Amino acid sequence: MNWVWFYRLGSPLWFYQTTTRWLPWLSLLAFMLLATGLVWGLGFAPQDAKQGNSFRIIYMHVPASFLALVGYFLMAAAGAIGLIWKMKLSYMVMKAAAPIGAALTFLALFTGAVWGKPTWGSYWVWDARITSMLILLFLYFGVLALQYAFHNEEASNKASAVLALVGTVNIPIIYKSVDWWYTLHQPSTIKLTSAPSMHPDMFQPLLVMILGFYCFYVVALCLFTRVEILRRERKTTWVGDLIGSSNNAVEGEK
Amino acid sequence: MRKYTSDGFYAYLRRDLLQSHRRLGEAASPLIFFVMASTLVPLGITPDPASLAEIASGIIWVFALLATMLSVGGLFAGDYQDGSLEQLLISPQVLVMPVLGKVTAHWLITGLPLTLVSPLLGLMLFLPEAGYLPMTASLALGTACLSLLGAVGAALTVSLQKGGMLLALIVMPLYMPVIIFGAATVQYGIDGLAWTAPLAILGAMLAAAIALCPLAIASVLRLTSIN
Amino acid sequence: MKFQFQSIGHLLDMGGHGFYVWSAVIVTLIVIIGLIVRPLLQHRVVLNQIAQELAREKLRKKTTGEGN
Repeated sequence: MNWVWFYRLGSPLWFYQTTTRWLPWLSLLAFMLLATGLVWGLGFAPQDAKQGNSFRIIYMHVPASFLALVGYFLMAAAGAIGLIWKMKLSYMVMKAAAPIGAALTFLALFTGAVWGKPTWGSYWVWDARITSMLILLFLYFGVLALQYAFHNEEASNKASAVLALVGTVNIPIIYKSVDWWYTLHQPSTIKLTSAPSMHPDMFQPLLVMILGFYCFYVVALCLFTRVEILRRERKTTWVGDLIGSSNNAVEGEK
Repeated sequence: MRKYTSDGFYAYLRRDLLQSHRRLGEAASPLIFFVMASTLVPLGITPDPASLAEIASGIIWVFALLATMLSVGGLFAGDYQDGSLEQLLISPQVLVMPVLGKVTAHWLITGLPLTLVSPLLGLMLFLPEAGYLPMTASLALGTACLSLLGAVGAALTVSLQKGGMLLALIVMPLYMPVIIFGAATVQYGIDGLAWTAPLAILGAMLAAAIALCPLAIASVLRLTSIN
Repeated sequence: MKFQFQSIGHLLDMGGHGFYVWSAVIVTLIVIIGLIVRPLLQHRVVLNQIAQELAREKLRKKTTGEGN
């Protein structure tokens, strides 16, 4: 089997150059999807029979929760790849994924709280899903804190990779906890295997929002990773060339 | 070879037990913390037996968790400082068995005494009679789980100067499933339900932790402690 | 598919749930924009830092070269 593509994927230079080319287009796509989804969901999707207009928060809450969870798996997978193949880029992606994931988890909790107030009459309910989301936020905090605690880059990478992996063992348990002490929350609205229980008119904008969030996530991840690449590769010649060329461009404009 | 690996287990189990025997005051402090902290509850909330009975199971479990968490930080710290951890790392032994020996010693020093003293606290907090057996059983299994998970955190933070608070931050989310099922076991017992069901899940968690945690600890020690 | 609200006022009010829906929208936008803007700013800062380092190095080479 040809592994060249895999090793090329591990090269920070290759990543930096490719993302320079693709990021504008991907950002445009993410912006269009998010804008379409928001306008559609907030203005054109029909009202929910029981919850009225407050259900429109779903268009932010569900994608944020999705990505918060996916982000953790991605972080752990990047860490595992780093540990196994000693790939520099993979650690950088892992480090970039932590703050984004924490922010999205916070967003999921916040939108959940403002959705809970009109629906259940209180901002906070100790229900299984909200609690597991909170635990996910704590898991992210742990990884972030561990990353910053080490002065040694190498040790920081490896330690947070292992912690992320240990945390993933917890995530299936978090999912199971929905069954264990399910109380107030609605059952899972989207099941990947069965047909959606939502009306298509409500579901389609949600799908657009989820896609938009995915694109946005990739854009944000690339941006954070690029900063990390520059920071760690500052001594290399290609970064020097990069700066030289951008300086020349500025001087040329003058 | 098999004898060789189990030798590592017993050697480190014996060594850690002996060390804590020589410093009995230090070894007893988690237990004293457990009892003292539980005394704060009637002072801080209410001495009323009925309301204490309601929260007793949860309180005992929370403080058992905190006591384990506070003590687990020292699991590798002493060995790291005096260099014997490095000796262990460069020795040709399979690292997993000594690690398991050390964690077992930690459980024998903290988890087991906590479990044995918990009926006394149950008495002081008016735990309903049906809760005693589930409580001791769940604490015995649960504290072993907590020692294993906590040791992962201790290994991650061993080379840091101020690892204490960070250890708590890292380990606490991992502890949450354990406390859910531990406290649920006691509550099931009090309510007259089949409390062996959550206890069995706790046992399953312990089995998984025994299999996975020493591997994680060993790899973490190798990866991070040699700077 | 049609617009569900009679006027902008109705859209802002959201049938009495305006505060909840719009605060969710605003916080979502803040998080999204923040997650894009922060790395962009940092990117610029890091580039400037590296450029300064390079310039300093060049200067040092020049001065030591003259010294010799």
